[in-house]
Amino acid sequence: MHVTSPAFKENSARALANPGLQKALGTAKGAFLQRRATAVANLPEFEQLRNIGRDIKNHTLANLDFYLEAFEAKVLAAGGKVHWCSTPDDARAVVLEICKAAGARTVTKGKSMISEELGINHHLEAHGIQPVETDLGEYILQLRGEAPSHIIAPAFHLNREDWEADFRRLHTDLPADRIFHERRDILAEARTRLRERFLAADVGITGANFLIAETGSSVIVTNEGNGDLTQTLPRVHIALASIEKVVPTLEDATSLLRLLARSATGQDFSVYTTFSTGARRDADLDGPQDYHVVLVDGGRSNMIGTEFQEMLRCIRCAACMNHCPVYGAVGGHAYGWVYPGPMGSVLTPSLVGIDKTGLLPNASTFCGRCEAVCPVKIPLPKMMRHWREREFERHLTPAAARTNLALWAWVAKRPALYRLATRAASGVLGLFGRRKGVFRSMPLAGGWTAGRDLPVPEGGTFMARYAETQRRR
Amino acid sequence: MTKDAILGAIRRGLKRGPLPADQQAMLGGRLATHPRHLIPARSRLPRPDQVALFIHNVEKEFGTVERVPDLAAIPAALSGYLAAQNLPSRFVMAPHPELREIPWASRPLLEFEQRRAEGTDQVSLQHGYAAVAETGTLMLPSAPDRPTTLNLLVETEVVVLRASRIVGPYEDAWDLLRAEGKDTRSGGFMPRNIMFVTGPSRSADIEQTLELGAHGPRRLHILLIDDDPAALPMGDAPVAPPIAIPGGPPAPGD
Ligand code: SF4
Repeated sequence: MHVTSPAFKENSARALANPGLQKALGTAKGAFLQRRATAVANLPEFEQLRNIGRDIKNHTLANLDFYLEAFEAKVLAAGGKVHWCSTPDDARAVVLEICKAAGARTVTKGKSMISEELGINHHLEAHGIQPVETDLGEYILQLRGEAPSHIIAPAFHLNREDWEADFRRLHTDLPADRIFHERRDILAEARTRLRERFLAADVGITGANFLIAETGSSVIVTNEGNGDLTQTLPRVHIALASIEKVVPTLEDATSLLRLLARSATGQDFSVYTTFSTGARRDADLDGPQDYHVVLVDGGRSNMIGTEFQEMLRCIRCAACMNHCPVYGAVGGHAYGWVYPGPMGSVLTPSLVGIDKTGLLPNASTFCGRCEAVCPVKIPLPKMMRHWREREFERHLTPAAARTNLALWAWVAKRPALYRLATRAASGVLGLFGRRKGVFRSMPLAGGWTAGRDLPVPEGGTFMARYAETQRRR
Repeated sequence: MTKDAILGAIRRGLKRGPLPADQQAMLGGRLATHPRHLIPARSRLPRPDQVALFIHNVEKEFGTVERVPDLAAIPAALSGYLAAQNLPSRFVMAPHPELREIPWASRPLLEFEQRRAEGTDQVSLQHGYAAVAETGTLMLPSAPDRPTTLNLLVETEVVVLRASRIVGPYEDAWDLLRAEGKDTRSGGFMPRNIMFVTGPSRSADIEQTLELGAHGPRRLHILLIDDDPAALPMGDAPVAPPIAIPGGPPAPGD
C-alpha cells in the first residue's frame, strides 16, 4: 500500500474539517468503549489473563525460529503447503502463482490486514484476476476504492447514507428507487450480492489471527461468517499470515482468544472462531482441495532484538485505537498506511521506515490509555518515545521544533529564569482564558489549536504548587 | 533460500544460532504436554448449572435452545420449530449415524437429504460434537458425516446436541477431541476444520450497529437432548440464575 504518512498533518486537517467523518467517529467511539468495559467487568480474571497473554507471546518470540519450523512440519503432515516470503514482493508473487496454477478468474477474500499491507488486490487485478472482498465493511470500501480506516471495523468512517448511496450507484441492476427501510435491508442486499461471488470463486484468501505450532492450524475469527465461506467453498484456500502470528499450542491460542474478542468488540467470544488444518480429507464432502499458508516476514524479523520487539505481541484487537483521543479526532486514514492509531504509530515506522513516518509517533498526547487497555500489555507510549528519540538522533525532526526545544532546554537549565518564565506564561494564559477553561485558538499557535483545545492553566505553576505543599507539611 | 534467510534474521535478532538440542527437546515437551493456563472460574459449576450456563450464553448471543428428552423427540420438536418460524419442512441433514437413528417416520411430512449444503438450501440439521458452557459455544469439527457447509450456507441451522457433551471451558473440549479425534491424513487428532460457533451470524459494519444474518445463518437453534441424568435441572427448585458473574448480567443488546 502507498504510504501517505508524511502528509499526516494535512491528512488530519482534512479529517477534522470533514463533517461526515466527524459524525461517524462520534457515533462509533462510545459503543466500542462501553462494550469492552462491560465484557471486561464480567470476567474477573481479565487482568491475570493479560499477563498470561503477554507471557505466551514473549515466550513464542524468544523461540520464534523453533515454533515456525514446528508449525511448518505439522502443516505438511496435514497435506498443506507453507511458503516463506521475506518481502511483500515475494508474497504477492507466490499468491499470484497459486491463483494462476488454479486457473483462477475470481478470488474471494476474508478481511486481512496483511493483505492490505501486501496490496494483494491490486496485484491480482493487474494480472486479470478479480478479487472480491467479502467482509461487509471491506466490500463497500472496495466499491469505493478506499482503504480500511480501522483494523477491525474497516468502514468505521462511513455513515448509513454513504452505504445507501454507494449501493444505489453500483448495484445498477436493481431498481434505482428501492427503499432501504433499515440497516438490515442494506445488509440483505450485500448478502445476496456476495453469495453469488462465494459460490463462483476459484480461490479463497483469508488472513490468520493465530497459527498453531502444535497442530499446523490457521485460525480466523469473524462474526459474519464470510471468512468461513471464503475458506470452505473454493478449490484452493490461501491463508496469509505474518511470522509473529504463531503460538505454540491450542491452550495458548485459547487463552489469547479469551482476550481478543473482549478487547475488540466486547463480545465474550466471536461468532465464528475457526481452526483450519490442511486440505479436504478423502471422505469429506466439502472443503478446499489445496491449503496454502503464505508466511510473510515483511520487516518483522528486523524488529526482534530491538526495543520494538514487544510490538510483535500485538493481536490486532484495536482496543488501543478505540481508546485513543488522537484516533478519535482524525480517524484512521490520516495515519497514511495500513495500521492506524497507537499500534500503527509504533508498527508503521518499523515496517516502512521512520524517515517517511516520523510524524506518527509524535501524534500522541501520551495519555497512556492505549497501554492501559492493551490485552498483551504492549508499552505503546514508551515505544513511541523510542521512535521520537531515534527520529531526533537522525535529525529528522523539523528545524523549527529543534530550535524551540533547544531554546526550552536553555531556559530549563536556568532554574530562576525557568520559574519566572513559566509563572509569567501561566499568569497571562490564566488571565485571558479563565472564563471558558479552554482556549479554542491561540495566536501563533493556530495550527496547533485548530484540532485541539488548550486547557487554561489554573492556580499557578507546578513548581509553585510543589513548594506550597512542601511548606504545609 | 527464503526460509533460511528469515530464520537467520530471527536468530541474529535473538543473538544466538539454532537452539541447542536440549532446549529444542524442552520446547518439544511443551508442545506435547500443552500445559493449561488460568481457566476462568465462571464455568466451574455443578452439572445442572453448567448446562444452564450454556443455555443462558446461547440465548444472550441470540441463539435459541429447546430441551428434549431423547432422540425420539427430535422429529416433533423440529417440525414444531420449523412451523413456528414459517419455514419449509425440507432440510439438508448431516449424514451422521446419530441423526440417522432418529425415528423420522414419526413425522412423514419432514423431508430431508443427507449431503453437504448448497447455496439454495434454507435449513440444515447438524450434528453437535460438543459445546462449551463458558461462552455458549458449539464445537463443530468437520468430518464426512459433519460437513462444514451445513454451518454456513443455510438461513437456519438446527443443531442436535447431547447434554452430556457440554463441557465447562474450551480446554475440556480440546481434551475431548484429543482423546477421540483420529485424523487419517496427519495421524493426529485435528480434522480439516473446526468451527466454534457462538450464536447466529451478524455484522456491525454499518454504523457499529448490530444486525443479525450477515453471510451465515440468521437463526441458530439447538435441540438439546437431556441424556445426562446428572445435568437435569434439580427437582422443582427454580434453576439458580445460570451464572454467578460478578458485575451483574450483561447489558441488554450487547
Ligand atoms: S497494540 Fe495492543 S491494543 Fe493495540 S491492537 Fe495490538 S494488541 Fe490490541
